Amino acid sequence: MTARLATFGRLIDRSARIAFTFDGQSMTGHPGDTLASALLANGQMLVGRSFKYHRPRGILASGAEEPNALVNLGQGGTFEPNQRATTTELAEGLVAESQNRWPSLAFDIGALNARLARFLPAGFYYKTFIHPRPFWKHVFEPVIRRAAGLGKAPKDRDADRYDQAYAHCDVLVVGGGIAGIAAARRAAAGGKRVILAEMTPHWGGRAPVEGEAVEGRTPADWIAAGLAELSANPNVRLMTRTLVAGLYDHGYVLAEETRGHGPVVKRLWRIRAGQVVAANGAHERPVPFPGNDVPGVMLASAVRDYLVNWGISPGDRTVILTDNDSAYLTAIRLAEAGLIVPAVLDLRPVVQGELPDRVRAMGIRVEPGRCIVKVRGGARVAGVGIGLAQGEGAVLEEIACECVAMSGGWTPAVHFHSHCGGKLLWDEGLAAFVPDPARPALNHDGRALVTTVGAAAGVFDTAGAVAGAARVPGQGAPGRIPGPVPVAAPPALRAKMWLDFQNDVKVSDVELAAREGYVSVEHTKRYTTLGMATDQGKTSNINGLSVLGAATGRAPQAVGTTTFRPPFAPVTIGALAGEARGDLFQPLRRTPLHGWHEKAGATWEPVGLWRRPYTFPRAGETTAQSVEREINNTREGVGILDASTLGKIVVKGPDAGRFLDMLYTGVMSTLPVGRCRYGLMCSEQGFLMDDGVVARLGPDEWLCHTTSGGADRIHGWMEDWLQCEWWDWQVYTANLTEQFGQIAVVGPKARAVLEAVGGMDVSREALPFMAWAGGSLDGHPVRVFRISFSGELSYEISVPSGQTLALWEKLVAAGMAHGIMPYGTEALHVMRAEKGFIMIGDETDGTVIPQDLGLDWAISKKKPDYLGKRGQERSHFHKADRWKLVGLDAFDGSVLPEGAYLVTERINANGQKEAEGRVTSTYYSPTLKRGIAMALVARGPQRMGETVHVGRIDGTRVPARIVNPVFYDPKGERQDV
Amino acid sequence: MSDSMDLDAALRSFDGFARVSQPEAPGMISLRAKTGTQGLAKAVKSVTGTGLPGQRAILHDGPRAAAWMSPDEWLLILPRADVTAALATLSAALAGRHHLAAEVSDARAMFRIDGALAADVLAKLTPADVAHLPAGEIRRSRLAQVAAAFWREGGGISVVTFRSVGDYAWGLLVNAAAPGGELGPARQDA
Repeated sequence: MTARLATFGRLIDRSARIAFTFDGQSMTGHPGDTLASALLANGQMLVGRSFKYHRPRGILASGAEEPNALVNLGQGGTFEPNQRATTTELAEGLVAESQNRWPSLAFDIGALNARLARFLPAGFYYKTFIHPRPFWKHVFEPVIRRAAGLGKAPKDRDADRYDQAYAHCDVLVVGGGIAGIAAARRAAAGGKRVILAEMTPHWGGRAPVEGEAVEGRTPADWIAAGLAELSANPNVRLMTRTLVAGLYDHGYVLAEETRGHGPVVKRLWRIRAGQVVAANGAHERPVPFPGNDVPGVMLASAVRDYLVNWGISPGDRTVILTDNDSAYLTAIRLAEAGLIVPAVLDLRPVVQGELPDRVRAMGIRVEPGRCIVKVRGGARVAGVGIGLAQGEGAVLEEIACECVAMSGGWTPAVHFHSHCGGKLLWDEGLAAFVPDPARPALNHDGRALVTTVGAAAGVFDTAGAVAGAARVPGQGAPGRIPGPVPVAAPPALRAKMWLDFQNDVKVSDVELAAREGYVSVEHTKRYTTLGMATDQGKTSNINGLSVLGAATGRAPQAVGTTTFRPPFAPVTIGALAGEARGDLFQPLRRTPLHGWHEKAGATWEPVGLWRRPYTFPRAGETTAQSVEREINNTREGVGILDASTLGKIVVKGPDAGRFLDMLYTGVMSTLPVGRCRYGLMCSEQGFLMDDGVVARLGPDEWLCHTTSGGADRIHGWMEDWLQCEWWDWQVYTANLTEQFGQIAVVGPKARAVLEAVGGMDVSREALPFMAWAGGSLDGHPVRVFRISFSGELSYEISVPSGQTLALWEKLVAAGMAHGIMPYGTEALHVMRAEKGFIMIGDETDGTVIPQDLGLDWAISKKKPDYLGKRGQERSHFHKADRWKLVGLDAFDGSVLPEGAYLVTERINANGQKEAEGRVTSTYYSPTLKRGIAMALVARGPQRMGETVHVGRIDGTRVPARIVNPVFYDPKGERQDV
Repeated sequence: MSDSMDLDAALRSFDGFARVSQPEAPGMISLRAKTGTQGLAKAVKSVTGTGLPGQRAILHDGPRAAAWMSPDEWLLILPRADVTAALATLSAALAGRHHLAAEVSDARAMFRIDGALAADVLAKLTPADVAHLPAGEIRRSRLAQVAAAFWREGGGISVVTFRSVGDYAWGLLVNAAAPGGELGPARQDA
């Protein structure tokens, strides 16, 4: 059993109790506990099951590197899976649940997998489920997905509040240990803006546990003095509970601050740092020995953390297995707590040094050249068998114990050096990779973006860490190359040596991968899933690549390491989303009339980020009936449309005419003041990308209307040409889309409505078709354009946005006598299709040039150049069988399927029926009382009257006749009255 | 958000850890002309009472201001009632010189953030370095997903966005200023 001692526990407040539950069982802990320390205090070592074999899993580590102790946390709207017990602070009422077990943690059906372990080797899924192919998607994958997996997916909407914030600094220091505090002090003393971020709630890192004096003071005193100095400096921001997750180019850093159960649970910091100092320490390595995954086998540093920080006894008897001196500190602390250390097994044949000598002097048995060859116990360590480190696994002696504290050396956490591409060096003394100070990731100025200090740089001595010293290459004697013990273990024992505890990857799996030809560490990782679990291989990386190296006859540095990618540790998705949820998920652009439409019961169509009314259904009407009513009312009486989203760009200057002649396919420079002209804009490749009516406002001033979705893009397109190519042309543009609302009054009675409002002469003589006039309507300053997208008499009225609603209401009131009704985008679309007017995005898709659409009349033949002219001269566009715009009239009068192909009897090389065109727009026309459609058809305009066949999804075909695309009022008499 | 009334309706305000409010946008003119344009400085002075602002600067004269928007674009702020006359003044003063002046008062929504922690509200929404935004500087940046410009004024911060996203910007500001969202540490640790 693990238990709480009466001594030690520097981080807990024993005067207060916190109640929580684990798998429904009530437990208590103290303020200052992590969930892991509280579970251990309650005797709970078993915390979960592994991913593949459902092996019992206990707490291994004491920090972010923990692979095993993952729990479901919370319930309902605050449920979070895969939370590490070692980094979760205990809170009153916390509800934790173990993962990946059924029906219970102690008795788990899935553990049968472990019995089948020899049939589930590395690459098992790849090998077994590859044939027959369709089975993977429909049978194997769903079953495997249900059986595997760790935490449950949350079912409820996340009830927590998250936010984000930006911060800026000259120097960001990652890690609040003594190396980080010292680095922050140096930077702050130089007058820099400094952020010091520590992921735990506590400053000082490992120093208070290890106990070694820092610059002649106790660690606690030194840390307190350093923090006092930093907090007094207004240029320094100290942040605890802040996990620096990723470092990106140009000093962009993402960090997640955990704020507990306050209103904001987590905050994502987006930090722009001039320079980053990585002082984020190192991770202790497990030793791959047979049975090293049995609960009760822990990292030696974790055992002393739990003891010193939280007063946890790991059991009465702890056997220590190590290949370095640091684990001897664990023996010393355990002995100081009055616990038994039956033996320290040291893999090194000769053991000398200050710490081992101290341990020997305490009367603790130290056994050089020995290792553990066997672990007794299933759900908890009961004893170990000792054998020769260099041997084959013979048990020389058995020792009863409840805990094994292991140390296979230390791996500097080189993540932040590596995130932006810094290179690593293999350090023989540490038997680990360390940052290469000569090859760091670079900042915009060519200087190092990140420097690494302390244990993260391989500098483990206190003085060096505080000084920010660099690791001296080749320092000390070569360390043991990490690898399995006993060294000559047979395959049966190698299959019990875990490398990756969460994903169940063993020494035998990596060796099998090597035998099967996997040489690259990246391939082996993916084949075996080594290091691919939520801990991202913090404890398994070096051991795994050492095993791969040994199996392929290479040194670890020749094997190399996998890529270190952000995040350093998992980040909550809610924090990444920040405020972008619900109403704030995406901006909604509202026209000045949006509120009126809402009250009128409009149904909506998204157009870019705008919402436009699709139609205004009345009580009892279907959508189709509503659209039909709006169309009939507009064609026979008068309708009113909110056209405010239309792009409105003013172009002005001595070269404005010349500029527009380049932008549009037609000629705009000759347009008289007071007149309007329809224009097309093409990309340089010749494809049609936008259209609209241009009005000439003055001698050197034009107003370009663009499509609703195109306003910002076209404005950017204009500025691109003006700033980058024609920078010497005197032209200014202003995007006034939002300055003006635009109201279209449409239909035979439109003039009567405007006259009823009064203020302007809108007669045919004063304001003919394709003209515009400025004036005022009942006191509102307006520009009235005689342009028509419906084929009817139409006035488009531009009025300042702040007055749009007032004018709209006056027009509606004045129009009552004439039966005025608002209409939406669907009626707009049907009416334009009845007239054969094209719509950008329906008739065009980025492969269509204006000539395909019969718009040759809007393309100037005389102009020497315009954007797209050269592109349109490519031979492909002039082939005789080019698909061109026509109308289609279904024999049965039905509405043809949208986007459908026109199929032929010809068979292509792939055995498919060849298509000779496709439907681009198709509607029921209330005006004509039958379906109408536009289509792009091979040689279409030359095939008037011919029959084509439109394919339906169900395989049947609809015969249709090729007709003129202008179905309604082909002479255009109605709009010009 | 229960507070999503139409922009044309009454002004609104919200008290969180800072006060967010939406006054009616003042009169605004977008003026495009190159810095060296003859008569430009005089024309701007006659409209706003200020000099021609340098790069990223905003100059104030009572309720009027002139802001640098780009090497050839200026934002002139003035009472709405004066806009028509100001446009005529600019047109006369810059006659024959290449320029473009257009009213944009109705294209904008304006917000104020006031209180000791006003900068915290903005720092949650914009990548600009708000803590180091000096008085007299205007920043064109963004609030979450939309364009915005802001500057320190009268002890608080003035923010301008496009009109169509005024409700979104209001929602962002209210959400950012909600009690408990302060940027300082949630708890003190040793």
